Amino acid sequence: MSPGMTLFSQVLINGLLIGFVFSLIAVGLTLIFGVVDIVNFAHGEFLMLAMYAAFWLYHLFSLDPTVSLPLCTLFLFFIGVVTYKLIISRILDAPMLAQIFSTFGLMVFLRNLAHFLWSSDYRMIKEPLIKGRIEVFGLFISIPQLVAAVGALITTGLVYWFVTRTETGRALQATAEDKEAAALMGINSDRMYTLAWGIGAASVGVAGALLSNFYFIFPEVGDIFVLTAYVVVALGGFGSIPGAFIAGIIIGLVQVLGGYFLSPALKMVIVYLIYLLVVVLRPQGLMGRW
Amino acid sequence: MVARIARWRVAWPVWAGAALLGILVLVFPLLTTRPFPIHVMILIFLYALLSQAWNLIGGYAGQVSLGHAMFFGIGAYTSTVLAIRWHINPWLGMIAGGIMAVLLSIIIGYPCFRLKGHYFAIATIAAGEIIYTLFVNWEWVGGARGLFVPMQPESLVNFQFHSTKVPYYYIILVLAAISFVVTYWLERNRPGYYMRAIKEDIDAARSLGIDATKYKMLAMMISAFFTAIGGTFYAQYVLYIDPDSVLPLALSIRVCLVAVLGGVGTLWGPLLGSAILIPLAEFTRVYLGGGGRALHLVVYGALVVIIAVFQPGGLMALVKRFKRPGFLGSSPV
Repeated sequence: MSPGMTLFSQVLINGLLIGFVFSLIAVGLTLIFGVVDIVNFAHGEFLMLAMYAAFWLYHLFSLDPTVSLPLCTLFLFFIGVVTYKLIISRILDAPMLAQIFSTFGLMVFLRNLAHFLWSSDYRMIKEPLIKGRIEVFGLFISIPQLVAAVGALITTGLVYWFVTRTETGRALQATAEDKEAAALMGINSDRMYTLAWGIGAASVGVAGALLSNFYFIFPEVGDIFVLTAYVVVALGGFGSIPGAFIAGIIIGLVQVLGGYFLSPALKMVIVYLIYLLVVVLRPQGLMGRW
Repeated sequence: MVARIARWRVAWPVWAGAALLGILVLVFPLLTTRPFPIHVMILIFLYALLSQAWNLIGGYAGQVSLGHAMFFGIGAYTSTVLAIRWHINPWLGMIAGGIMAVLLSIIIGYPCFRLKGHYFAIATIAAGEIIYTLFVNWEWVGGARGLFVPMQPESLVNFQFHSTKVPYYYIILVLAAISFVVTYWLERNRPGYYMRAIKEDIDAARSLGIDATKYKMLAMMISAFFTAIGGTFYAQYVLYIDPDSVLPLALSIRVCLVAVLGGVGTLWGPLLGSAILIPLAEFTRVYLGGGGRALHLVVYGALVVIIAVFQPGGLMALVKRFKRPGFLGSSPV
């Protein structure tokens, strides 16, 4: 391969790898949106909490993120359930403003709590089990990124399988489609909402643990991922898991290609422009239900 | 007549209190010579102005914007760039900045007003982040290094004072007062009624023949104009701007939090929210510094959640429980 071709392939691979992680984060967001019809503005902070959980388990108990991944996932599931029980369940029928500000306030609260408790320092896991890189056809692939991508892919698949193939998952879909009709069939919508929040948060639990292997950990870390995830959710179609999956990969590629052809500084501008174009021109996204 | 006297009997302590507070605000700079309290008061009025501006679109018209920093930044950058490149007076720059912000609000509002609720909020985040990134990378306006406002001899005409903060105090007091008067007028006239109708139920409002897009656009334009004026004031007050001080998402968030705490869609909510949050923020910043910097925002985030869940009307809703309806010219949310 020519050097230019190699560089281009390298860029494509990086975009693909990070795209799977975007997909997973967006799947959590889109699940909550699809079932409960509320945008979780604190989703990025959930991711941040997962990364800090992985960091502190490593720092205090020498648990490698790969080992502590199930713990982080459980912890985030718990956070999601508590958020639903304490806050969301009370504002389901509230005006739009109250719905926006409830999760928005939670975002401000969690982010600054992290600043206050753990300072604004950038932290990282110094010696993770998963590290280094491999060379394939002259291309370098970072192993932590590869593991994160594969882990994200598997988790996205699991969530999709759960929602479409299990009885509980179908009940979840039924609630998303028509809460009242589902309730008439004996489906407890409160339980379904709790579950959606639990799984939605647990997805970023997995993503956070995987990211902590190679990404800096700081209070604002959620921003960049979750702002991207909003775009992914919109592009995929609000509430659609396959849509989020495909859109995550597209956005991952768009980011790296934008950085490659234009300038790394402007790559996010393209991503935000995609959001604006999609919601204005095709609000149902690629695979939205409405 | 009897009823009027009875109402006066109930209301007069409140009126007296308000008058006393008004006089205190007017003579405040005479009571202290220390710069810090005056600085805090200036910020209170600046944020009252900004969050009142936000309140017009976010509170009255119900379109939650999380990108208002872009209008603030456009105001600050327009007047500063005009002063640097063409030596244009900052007062003229302030008007030019307001006009630029109105143009930007049309470009952004026109497509985005088709979106509802959450989608609109995220769209404004996206637009704000686009503007922020462009300014960081735009060398002609200083890029990430920012711009210094050219030094001028101190005078009201030059909009610059170096020996004292007191003139800034009165300038921002007047600017904030204008925004409150405009809001007061809107609240009691047709555009205000239409905006609230749009917020309550846009389809019902449309079926009554209200041109929803037109009135949302009107709210957005006035809002953008006042926010940009706040931006120019900030530039002249601090004499240095960069994307991180006048365009960040954090600023958009702060402006809307002030209004939410005080009470969205109420006339006095923004002032109340600002009078509580800004001193809290400044004192924790000065006395706790470093790690303590975020403490007020922790309290604040928790307050916003509690308010959203239990009292969506904000603190003004609590105030209203203790008074007769209509007194402060505010309306129920």
